[in-house]
Amino acid sequence: MNKETIRKAILDIIAEIAPDEVLDAIDDGKTLRDQFNLDSMDFLDIVMELRKRFNIEVPEEDYEHLTTLTSTVTYLEPMMKNQVYS
Amino acid sequence: MNLEERIVITGVGLVSPNGQNLTEFRANLLAGKSGVRAFKTRYMEEVAAGVCEFDEFKYQRKKERRRGTRAGSIAIYCSQEAIADSGLDFEAADKSRIGIYLGITEHGNVETENEVYNISQYGYDTKFWSHHHNPRTVANNSAGEVTLNMGITGPHYTLGAACAAGNLGVIQGLQMLRLGEVDFALAGGISESIHTFGIFASFKSEGALASHHDPEKASRPFDKKRNGIVCSEGGCVYTLERLEAAQKRGAKIYGELVGYHINSDATDLILPDHRRQIECMRMALNRAGLKAGDMNIVNTHATATTLGDIEEAKSIGAVFGSEAGVWINNTKSYIGHTMGAAGALELAGNLPAFEDKIVHPTINLDEPDPQCALPNLVAQEPRRVDKVDYIFNNSFGMLGVNSALIVKRL
Repeated sequence: MNKETIRKAILDIIAEIAPDEVLDAIDDGKTLRDQFNLDSMDFLDIVMELRKRFNIEVPEEDYEHLTTLTSTVTYLEPMMKNQVYS
Repeated sequence: MNLEERIVITGVGLVSPNGQNLTEFRANLLAGKSGVRAFKTRYMEEVAAGVCEFDEFKYQRKKERRRGTRAGSIAIYCSQEAIADSGLDFEAADKSRIGIYLGITEHGNVETENEVYNISQYGYDTKFWSHHHNPRTVANNSAGEVTLNMGITGPHYTLGAACAAGNLGVIQGLQMLRLGEVDFALAGGISESIHTFGIFASFKSEGALASHHDPEKASRPFDKKRNGIVCSEGGCVYTLERLEAAQKRGAKIYGELVGYHINSDATDLILPDHRRQIECMRMALNRAGLKAGDMNIVNTHATATTLGDIEEAKSIGAVFGSEAGVWINNTKSYIGHTMGAAGALELAGNLPAFEDKIVHPTINLDEPDPQCALPNLVAQEPRRVDKVDYIFNNSFGMLGVNSALIVKRL
């Protein structure tokens, strides 16, 4: 997956855990928490979905990297670049 | 605190397999319309069950529903409807003075089954077990979800009392109002039990799961061909308040809770005992200062098990048998057994009789079982009667918990 595909994969996860939100106008540089009213349970959902969909483990000390869409893509790229997104 | 305080019902919110509000529910009870259908549950062949078709998103956001439970969703819908129906200015109300008391038969089985199934898709690796499991399965889940949804900060909890729980929720609300703990009680019962195969499989193993080629005919209390329980989901929540406060704000009053009793068989895990049922019913009458002959409608708990119906017919026969003008009916024949909701929901179906003086019938009673003979059982067709001043509501449950509740027309 390239950066653009990884971004789409993350947006698909957010769409599932925040189904009331409109994601079209997302600002990649702003915090996900503030844009989509996400709380700690939602971030645990993101971690769970990464585990289920991509077999990726995000250790607790790395949760800070899941702050904005840009930082999330940057953090996940080394782990996801060799995966195929379907 | 005034232990003699008069407590009334001023709002009704419900979901039933044959109606998503009291008007629809009542109309279908008078029309003899069943809400039981064929239902697919994991691991088993199709079963008969009652399913509620309410709009979960009328009062919940999608995310809220995703994180919560079906029980919570039923509880929220019923509570919101009960408040709306009461005409209370909810925005202006002191939310710390509203209590939520919901009866449940069980809770957590649905969510646990779902998680076990979920991890089975990942080789039973528990790292895939959801972090939502604990808040979904704590016993107060459904009542707690109502507080989050409605911003209610008064007390909330559930009452586990098997299939007597709906009555117990109402009784708890009544007691808390009398104790002065709250000014409004959202009280009743709910059930999501059909969403786990276990409830069906266990009844089947007991030889107590109903089956019929036509699901609408599967629930047949007091009928010779009855063969067990139809499990259903459902919910009913009442707005309860003190009579004086209700009159002061000009609220519509459905009826006054004038008597109740709860006791225990202490004889068997699953088999009922008519001796304790008789004691329970008589104590409810005594505590209300009423006689059996004062009652006009007696809603039976009967679930269509062979022994359960016989036991209740014995107990009702002993308490009410010889009284003219005491009409007996059954709601499970339409909607199956809504478990934790049953006591509260079945009472709601009879409440409109205070106004229309019609006793809804027991359906599917094609061949009355002589062992369950009750002379005043209203069967197949509604009966218009001279007066309906009192409704007597039975609800019994496993482990031998019995409850009776009396509501008076005002």
